Amino acid sequence: MSPQISTGIEIDIEKRLGEFNLAAKLALPPSGVTALFGRSGAGKTSIVNALAGLLKPDRGRIAAGGEILFDSTRGIDLPPERRRLGYIFQEHRLFPHYSVKGNLLYGGKGNGQISFDAVVTLLGIENLLARRVGELSGGEKQRVAIGRALLANPRLLLMDEPLAALDAARKAEILPFIARLRDELSLPIVYVSHAMEEVVSLADTLALVDDGRIAAIGPVEELTSRLDLRPLTGRFEAGSVLRTVLRGQDATYGLSELAFPGGRLRVPHLALPLGTVLRLRIHARDVVLANAPVAGLSIRNAFSGKVVEISPEPGPLVDLRIDIGTPTEPVMLWARITRRALEDLKLQLGGPVFALVKTVALDRPSPGRPDAETEAS
Amino acid sequence: MLTPLESEALLLSLRVGLVSVIFSLPLSLAVAWLLARREFPGKTLLNGIVHLPLVLPPVVVGFALLVLFGRNGVAGAWLYQVFGLTFAFDWKGAALASAVMAFPLMMRAMRLSLENVDRRLEAAARTLGAGRVKVFATITLPLMSPGILTGAILAFARSVGEFGATITFVSNIPGETRTLPLALYVLTQVPGGDQAAWRLTAISVALAMAALIASELVARRLDRRIRGAG
Repeated sequence: MSPQISTGIEIDIEKRLGEFNLAAKLALPPSGVTALFGRSGAGKTSIVNALAGLLKPDRGRIAAGGEILFDSTRGIDLPPERRRLGYIFQEHRLFPHYSVKGNLLYGGKGNGQISFDAVVTLLGIENLLARRVGELSGGEKQRVAIGRALLANPRLLLMDEPLAALDAARKAEILPFIARLRDELSLPIVYVSHAMEEVVSLADTLALVDDGRIAAIGPVEELTSRLDLRPLTGRFEAGSVLRTVLRGQDATYGLSELAFPGGRLRVPHLALPLGTVLRLRIHARDVVLANAPVAGLSIRNAFSGKVVEISPEPGPLVDLRIDIGTPTEPVMLWARITRRALEDLKLQLGGPVFALVKTVALDRPSPGRPDAETEAS
Repeated sequence: MLTPLESEALLLSLRVGLVSVIFSLPLSLAVAWLLARREFPGKTLLNGIVHLPLVLPPVVVGFALLVLFGRNGVAGAWLYQVFGLTFAFDWKGAALASAVMAFPLMMRAMRLSLENVDRRLEAAARTLGAGRVKVFATITLPLMSPGILTGAILAFARSVGEFGATITFVSNIPGETRTLPLALYVLTQVPGGDQAAWRLTAISVALAMAALIASELVARRLDRRIRGAG
């Protein structure tokens, strides 16, 4: 469990919901995006509802920014309207009898940092203000819902699967706006999701929720690379998350160089300033392994490393964790190969290996290019 | 065009209907809210009591009102002493009888519309900083407005047509309690009153139709509004 941070959010609650027992204890950092990740029915929404004051825990304590929102022993239970937590629901929950503008202004006019005009511009809803809710598309509705929550001056935003009700195109439309909230407003966000793609692209901290409990909490890169958490993070999503810095541009070939401890990845040109921190996701299936340096291959991104872990799960496919970093700063890469290949290559724990990366997914792109997959060069 | 007798009955009916609707509306809303949103001991009993006028013979309701609200009745004596209010043999008594008879209709329409209000919208409003009262006034009430309107129109129509409880409670006094149905009843009891009875029937039908059409038009507009369309 992470250390208690008094200015962040502390939750330690118990709630019985029929046959389901929620017993969540977690401390969230006071900034950045924290994802609550878990399968449907794991209790993610219940935790967020308890935080917002829409679900009363049987026992426990909730504090945010040093203020106690709920404390069963002291009989404190702040009503939702006094908690100042912006809530964006899975369904937009716009008020149908108000115009878009009426919805936006329902909770307040914003403040110095988050003004009405700024929010409207940020979310690109200038042209929708006079419309009725029934005339909006799904994506537009969710953008208005985000704006409405922002203008109520929340100290924190709660997002309960805000993209789940939208199709892929609409998701791609909303995701950059959420990224902009994170980057431009420095408002802490608690993001509930059961889609690892969204979590990795948005979140800094990951809390894994399983059967009403917090199974683990920590940096996204760390938790997604842990084999013991694989049942919770999902084998389907198998991959590793790398934090890189844009260090060079190769004008001749139109490539950008992304540095991480121990090496550089080359990807097609990114129109971003040098020094930009980018998070990459490399799927285990996009990593090719070799037991010796390979010549005569089109893949340019090859890194030497050593095998740190081999998944014990039975089946024709095995996942290997490869450390391609430096001795002081390990960088973990997952690779998925067949069991046959593992035996043919005679790869062993602690042994040397060469990892070739075919494709990387850019998870922290500029707004408007969410989750772009790009061939590594 | 209308005879003095007819316009007297018509105006009295309108007054009785309006007054009964206006005064029973807040109470009806409160009972609808209790039954739709609250759990409390005696809820089934309350539900039964407010529905009684729907299933009892109107004469029974009229007689009960006479016992309770007559000049010597428990409530009637008190109301007279404290407020100087008289219901017996008075048009206000006719309004009370109509209100009681129409109450279940009005309450049921409101309760139904309240049950259809999306409580998730209310929760969203709370998270936006609105307290319970503001949420009720700005979200719940507007969203149930079609039900309130339907309930009020139904109750009005029922009030205008009320006969049994009225004649039992406040009798049939020209200019005071002789509403359209009572006037019609009188005409059917006298020889040669057929033509006049037909005229009153036509007036009743016209009044009822006007109320229903008006409610339909307003309800349609309200409905469009709360569905967020144009």
